[in-house]
Amino acid sequence: MSDLVQVAEDGLYCPAGDFHIDPWRGVERAVVTHAHADHARWGSEHYLASASGEAILRERLGDISLETLDWAETRRIGEVIVSLHPAGHVRGSAQVRLERDGEVWVVTGDYKVHPDPVAEAFEVVRCHTLVSECTFGLPVYRWPEPEGVYQAIDDWWRENREAGRTSVLFAYALGKAQHVLAAVDASAGPLLAHGAVQKMNEAHRRAGVELPETRYADTEAAKETRGEALVIAPPSSGGRPGWMKKFGRPSTAFASGWMRVRGRRRRRSADRGFVLSDHADWDGILQVVRESGAERVGLTHGKTEPMVRWLRENGWDAWSLPTRYEGEADVDEGAVDEEVEAPEGTEAPGS
Amino acid sequence: MKRFTELYHELDATTRTTLKVEALERYFREAPPADAVWALWFLSGRRAKRAVNTTLLRSWVAEETGLPLWMVEACYAEVGDLAETLALLLPRAEGGTELPLREVAAERVLALRDLEDEEKRNVVVDSWNRFGTRERLVWHKLITGGFRVGAGRKLVTRALARAAELPPAVVAHRITGQWDPTPDSWERIVRPEDAEGSAARPYPFLLAHPLNDGPDELGALEDWQVEWKWDGIRAQLLHRGGEFLLWSRGEELVTHQFPELQELAPVLPDGLVLDGEVLAWRDGEPLPFGALQRRLGRKKVGETLRTEVPVVFQAYDVLERDGEDLRSRPQAERRALLEEVVEVVSSTPLAPPNLLKVSPRVEASGWAALGALREGARDRGVEGFMLKRRDGEYAVGRPRGLWWKWKVDPLELDAVLIYAQQGHGRRAGLYTDYTFGVWRGEELVPVAKAYTGLTDKQIRTLDRWIRRNTRERFGPVRSVEPEQVFQLAFDGIRTSSRHKSGVALRFPRMARWRQEKAASEATTLEEVEALLARYGDGD
Ligand SMILES: [Zn+2]
Repeated sequence: MSDLVQVAEDGLYCPAGDFHIDPWRGVERAVVTHAHADHARWGSEHYLASASGEAILRERLGDISLETLDWAETRRIGEVIVSLHPAGHVRGSAQVRLERDGEVWVVTGDYKVHPDPVAEAFEVVRCHTLVSECTFGLPVYRWPEPEGVYQAIDDWWRENREAGRTSVLFAYALGKAQHVLAAVDASAGPLLAHGAVQKMNEAHRRAGVELPETRYADTEAAKETRGEALVIAPPSSGGRPGWMKKFGRPSTAFASGWMRVRGRRRRRSADRGFVLSDHADWDGILQVVRESGAERVGLTHGKTEPMVRWLRENGWDAWSLPTRYEGEADVDEGAVDEEVEAPEGTEAPGS
Repeated sequence: MKRFTELYHELDATTRTTLKVEALERYFREAPPADAVWALWFLSGRRAKRAVNTTLLRSWVAEETGLPLWMVEACYAEVGDLAETLALLLPRAEGGTELPLREVAAERVLALRDLEDEEKRNVVVDSWNRFGTRERLVWHKLITGGFRVGAGRKLVTRALARAAELPPAVVAHRITGQWDPTPDSWERIVRPEDAEGSAARPYPFLLAHPLNDGPDELGALEDWQVEWKWDGIRAQLLHRGGEFLLWSRGEELVTHQFPELQELAPVLPDGLVLDGEVLAWRDGEPLPFGALQRRLGRKKVGETLRTEVPVVFQAYDVLERDGEDLRSRPQAERRALLEEVVEVVSSTPLAPPNLLKVSPRVEASGWAALGALREGARDRGVEGFMLKRRDGEYAVGRPRGLWWKWKVDPLELDAVLIYAQQGHGRRAGLYTDYTFGVWRGEELVPVAKAYTGLTDKQIRTLDRWIRRNTRERFGPVRSVEPEQVFQLAFDGIRTSSRHKSGVALRFPRMARWRQEKAASEATTLEEVEALLARYGDGD
């Protein structure tokens, strides 16, 4: 019997149900785990996604033929029973469970096991074969408790207010931005959002997520809240002096799992780096592998070789699945999960 | 150890010089002397040689964490820093040790060297158990000899001078040479300035302004003492209390880089301070600066090099004679005294020949004639003229109107190396393509790229330095610690919206590697803009 999930030309493909999971290009039927641009692509005929993530997915892909499933609700497609389960990565992000004749596969999509005030908590789904992301699949990547990180962000913001400097925190517009907004002490001062972040905030509110009030970070707002505000902006805006100018001489910080490593922290040339990730760390991946009960583990995204080798040496049947995501023209900035791309060469030296 | 760990991370987290100096100053003020002296010892570049073999260290981490050795290596490849990799791999420990730095340094860093491997392992594992994650990183740096914080000796000197409320030159003098990291040493280094301390101090250098508009406004030529502008290392030669010292303009002691000049000591009168220039000199002529450069930044200057690049001290001012401060005397009077002093020294029996010279005066009938002479300056191996007001005192700093430098080619600037990229063809595998920055406030903005001007040997030296001092990598490009200063010559300058600095240079090339200059002394963007206003090609 063939594998339930294979790597085809357009990405992960389930032949028994004739559908793709997070295809790289438009296909006939796409099951989409979440709205980040490396998972949700334009141009498919029909989409299936979680009901919880609908508003955000529509914000990104607009008028699509979309069918949604509640958590754990099942749908039969061809020979396969499909259901979606919270992945804890961003609001509405799903793991895809596939079952045929008692054989169960789970494709995790992006996920994390650490708690997040916006995304639904990760649920362990028992399976025979697990296809897991592996963005941070090295034991140097182990996250600190998020509560401590939130506290550190609050402290940094307070220090900046005391020094009369605006705080600009770079966080991915979809997911990390809302994660941070919901986690910080919003009563401490005004919250401003870059346009891309603001758009995603609205989509979250439409999905029923409670977020503190954020004001669009235009020149006027920047001026009125100078020295007080916490500004949430996508990382790319840090490289745009024209956009940054309105905040005077702000203190800048970057929130990402990559901040665990000093070299990467420096490369971002922000004043501070907060280790806050929406992906599973080394311990998180191992925890999910163990608790899922899977005997076979496929790994995708990131440097998969060390994790594959480690799992094999420890009794699992593990293999690596190619990832073929490349940023393309139709990617709008607000939706990129920049964390999946190691920030190599993000700031090429000026000439 | 806690305080020192915080200091390390503060220094590591910023590229701003002022923040580094502040952090260091705070540390030196607050730390107990017995710890501070160790910090100073490490910060000034001393290290525990071969405290522990890094291969062993990796295997111990593997054993302690239960990870296979290949995984430790894979993580090292990802992180790029062994000390950090090992700290990240060990189980997280938020707290820290109460052990003071002095104990850690003596018993857990220096002592390691004399232990057998198994004993070493015990100390290492015990330390891991006691230290927090952040402390482990710092400690790994100390025991692997890779302790660098992007704060050179100069910054450390400046910070310590502030903390001890001493002139930087006194501190620089006191921390030079051999000393042990003991509280006694600390007391000796930070004690208030005394006679011995002042004896070691140079006077603040009087600096010249560039004469951009020509001599029209300067009045009569008779009011000016004219000398060639030499292309060497500005220095003060001190002979006080039997001690011979040579200070560079950056207030760095360079005595040991020019050992032959010390042969002058026995024939110099005591209580003497001369201002002048160290020059590479042969057969009555200066050698190009590139030759002199070979003598810089070395721990030891060998006999061969001394023969190949002989140096002289070309004096042009006397600031102190018989212990008397002459700086308020007029330039003309000081000049006469200088000639007298050098005459006396040179006529002393046993005086080493050709080591001490007086910078000759240049005579001309008027400004026009002088201007004509200036055209030939390049052929003489000089950069132009120095114009010194004959009735002027030796003031402090860079006052206007006393000393002017009237250079032949003003199109030069001192820029800091910020990025390097590997070259192609013959230069493949070597970092040969450089990007240079100038200061905009506390930030270095790229101003030019240059590929030419260095000798093969300099390229190799710089390549090694780049590899050891990489901050970040962007594909084939590395950003480096902003420490190396180069004089760039160029043929033109114009505005450019494509460049972050707003200017573009025409045919920039490296005229010289200014190893004697600190990055902070490099040209500012304001100065570049002044050049632009004056010499801009238009766009
Ligand atoms: Zn994602």
